Amino acid sequence: MPKARGFDGEENEDEDRVGRPQVAAMTSTGDAALSVSGLTLNFGGLRALSDVGFDVAEGSITAIIGPNGAGKTSLFNCISGFYRPQAGAIRFEGRDISRLHPPERARLGLARTFQNIALFRGMTVLDNIKLGRHVHMRTNLLDGLIYWGRAQREEIEVRAEIEERVIDFLEINHIRNHPVASLAYGLRKRVELARALAMRPKILMLDEPVAGMNREETEDMARFILDVKEEWGVTILMVEHDMGLVMDISDHVVVLNFGQVIARGAPAEVTADEQVIRAYLGAGDIGQLKARIAGTEAA
Amino acid sequence: MRIGALKDSYGADQALFDTAVQRLWLALGAVALLAFPFAANDYWLYLACLVGIHIVSTTGLNILTGYTGLVSLGQAAFMGVGAYVVALAETKLGTPFLLNLLAAGLVTAMVGMVVGVPSLRVKGLYLAIATIAASFILHFVFQNWTTVTGGTRGLSIPPAQLFGLELARPFALYWVITPLTCIMVLAAANLFRTRIGRAFIAIRDRDISAEVLGIPLLRYKLMSFGLSSFYAGVAGGLWAYFFRVVTPESFPFVYSIFFLAAVIVGGMGTILGGILGAVFMTLVPEALKLVVGLLSPWMPNAVALLSPVRTIVFGALIIGFLILEPHGLAEIWRRIRRFFHLWPFKT
Ligand SMILES: Nc1ncnc2c1ncn2[C@@H]1O[C@H](COP(=O)(O)OP(=O)(O)OP(=O)(O)O)[C@@H](O)[C@H]1O
Ligand SMILES: [Mg+2]
Repeated sequence: MPKARGFDGEENEDEDRVGRPQVAAMTSTGDAALSVSGLTLNFGGLRALSDVGFDVAEGSITAIIGPNGAGKTSLFNCISGFYRPQAGAIRFEGRDISRLHPPERARLGLARTFQNIALFRGMTVLDNIKLGRHVHMRTNLLDGLIYWGRAQREEIEVRAEIEERVIDFLEINHIRNHPVASLAYGLRKRVELARALAMRPKILMLDEPVAGMNREETEDMARFILDVKEEWGVTILMVEHDMGLVMDISDHVVVLNFGQVIARGAPAEVTADEQVIRAYLGAGDIGQLKARIAGTEAA
Repeated sequence: MRIGALKDSYGADQALFDTAVQRLWLALGAVALLAFPFAANDYWLYLACLVGIHIVSTTGLNILTGYTGLVSLGQAAFMGVGAYVVALAETKLGTPFLLNLLAAGLVTAMVGMVVGVPSLRVKGLYLAIATIAASFILHFVFQNWTTVTGGTRGLSIPPAQLFGLELARPFALYWVITPLTCIMVLAAANLFRTRIGRAFIAIRDRDISAEVLGIPLLRYKLMSFGLSSFYAGVAGGLWAYFFRVVTPESFPFVYSIFFLAAVIVGGMGTILGGILGAVFMTLVPEALKLVVGLLSPWMPNAVALLSPVRTIVFGALIIGFLILEPHGLAEIWRRIRRFFHLWPFKT
C-alpha cells in the first residue's frame, strides 16, 4: 500500500505525541457497553489498526470518523469477529469477547450493518428481516419439516412482532413483499437496519448508514437512529463521513487516522481539534469537513 | 382473471397454497394421481415410479445446491448408500419396509455430513471436486467390501412387504412411492418457510452477513448436507425396492450429473424446480425414444440410426432451455401463470 507507506513519518510523529498517553488514559469504565483496548491489526506488512482503544457508553451514540482508509471498517470487522486482531481486547458489557466467533457475538446482542449493504438478494424484504430474529427462534429441523404446530406458531408470532416493532417503525410497509434486489439504494439501507433491529440488539453498529443518500433520506435515517437510541435504549456505534449527521446526533466522537485514535470527545471539541483538521487536510477532505460543519451551524 | 387476494391474518398470508384457485389445482392434481394407475399400463407406471424416486433425490440435491449454494456431485453415490442399507436390512435383518427406508435415510444423512465437512473451507468447484472424490471412495467401498456388499455381483432384494401385501409390480409400488414423494416434497417446501430454511438461503446469498445474524456456518452447512443426503438415501432405498438388485454400477457417476442437471434445468432454489427438473430429465429421453419408435414404420432402421441422434437432441434441449430461461423450468411455469393470471387484460 504505497499510500500508507508515504505517510509513515507522520504516523510515527502522531504516535509519539498523542497515541501512547491517550491509550493509557482510556482504560475501561464500569458502565461501558462496549470497550476496545490496545487493538492492533496487521494485513501482512500493512498496519490497519494500531493500539486502538475507546469506550462506548451505554445508551449513547458514538461516532467513529476518519479519512478513507483510516481503518474504520476494519475496526468494525474486529468487533464483530471477522478479523482476528494481533493484539488487544474487546469487551462487551464487561465480558471479554475476543475469542468468540461472529455468530456467538450476535447471540450476545451485537448487531451490525455493512458499508456496502449485505442483504440476501434472493429473498423478500420480509424474509430478510425475519432472519434478524433467527437467534431468538426455537424451531428445529424436524419442526420445520413438519411445519404445522410449533414452527407455524412461532412464524406467526415473529411475523406479528416484526410487523409491529420494525416494519411500522421504519415505515417500510409498502415494500414488505418486494424482493430486495428490486429496491432503491436508500430503501435497501433501511431494510438492512430493519434486519439488524429485528435482532433486538443491545449494541448496534452502523457502517456509514447514510452514505449515498439524498437529504431527505438522510434526515429520515437520522430520525430512526435517534429513535432507536431513545425508544429502544440501544447503544449505537456508527461510522459516518457525513459530518452534519455526526454533529447532530452523536454524543461522543472517536477520530481514527491511519489506524490510530487521534482524538476523542464531544462532537464540537473534536472538530475543533488541530490534529483532526490536519488529518482531514492530509486526506484532502478539509473543504468537505468545513463545509459540513458550516452547514450544521447554519441549520 | 384473478385479482390480488386479501389476507386477513399472518397465518393465511404465510400459507403454502393461499388462494382458492391454487387449492382447486391441488385437488385436481391429487385426483389425477389417484386415477393414473387405473388408466396407465405397466410401462407408464414404471416411469411414474421412477419419476417419483428422481423427484425425491432431486429435491434433496436442490436443498443443498439450489438453496444452500453448495454444489455436490455425490447424489448418486448417496443413493447407493441408501440402496445398500435397504438391501442389507431386508436380507440380513428382515426389518419392516418403512423402517428400512428410514434407516436408509438416516445412515445416508450421516455419510453425507461426513462428506460435507470440507464445505466449511472449500466452495464452488472445489467442493464439487471433494464430493466427486467422496463418491469414488463410496464406489470403491461398494465394490470391494465384498462380505457386506456382495462385491461386483451386488445384492438382490426380495419384494417389499407392507401390511401383508407384496409390493412387487409397479402398480403396487406406485401407491407407496407417490405418497412418500408428496410428503417429502411438502416437507421441503415447509422447511423454507421457517428459520432453518431461511438460514440455508442466507448462507447461499451472503455467508458473511449470515454469520452476523448468528447463523453458525458449519452447523448449517452440515445440516444441509445431512438433509440432502437423507433424501438421497430414501430415494436410493426406494430404488432398491423398485429394481430389486443393487450393484456398484447401479449408481454411476453420470447419475450424479443427471441430478445436478435436473436441479439446474428445473430451477435452482425452488421446490417446483426440483419436480419439473426430475420430470424433464426422466421423461424427455423416453419421449424421444417414443418418437424414434413412431418413425420406424417409415424408416426401417430408425432405431439404429436415430438412437445416437436422440442423445444429441436431449443435450440440445437442455442447452436450449438454459439459454431460454437461465432460472429454469420453474420460471417458465411462473411466466405462463402470470400470463393467465392477468389474461385477458394484459398479455
Ligand atoms: N482484508 C483486507 N486485506 C488487506 N488489507 C485490508 C483489508 N481490509 C482493509 N484493508 C486495508 O486496511 C486499511 C483500512 O481499511 P478500512 O476499510 O478499514 O478503511 P475505512 O476507514 O473503513 O475506509 P472508508 O472510509 O473508505 O470506508 C486500508 O488501507 C485497506 O486497504
Ligand atoms: Mg469503511
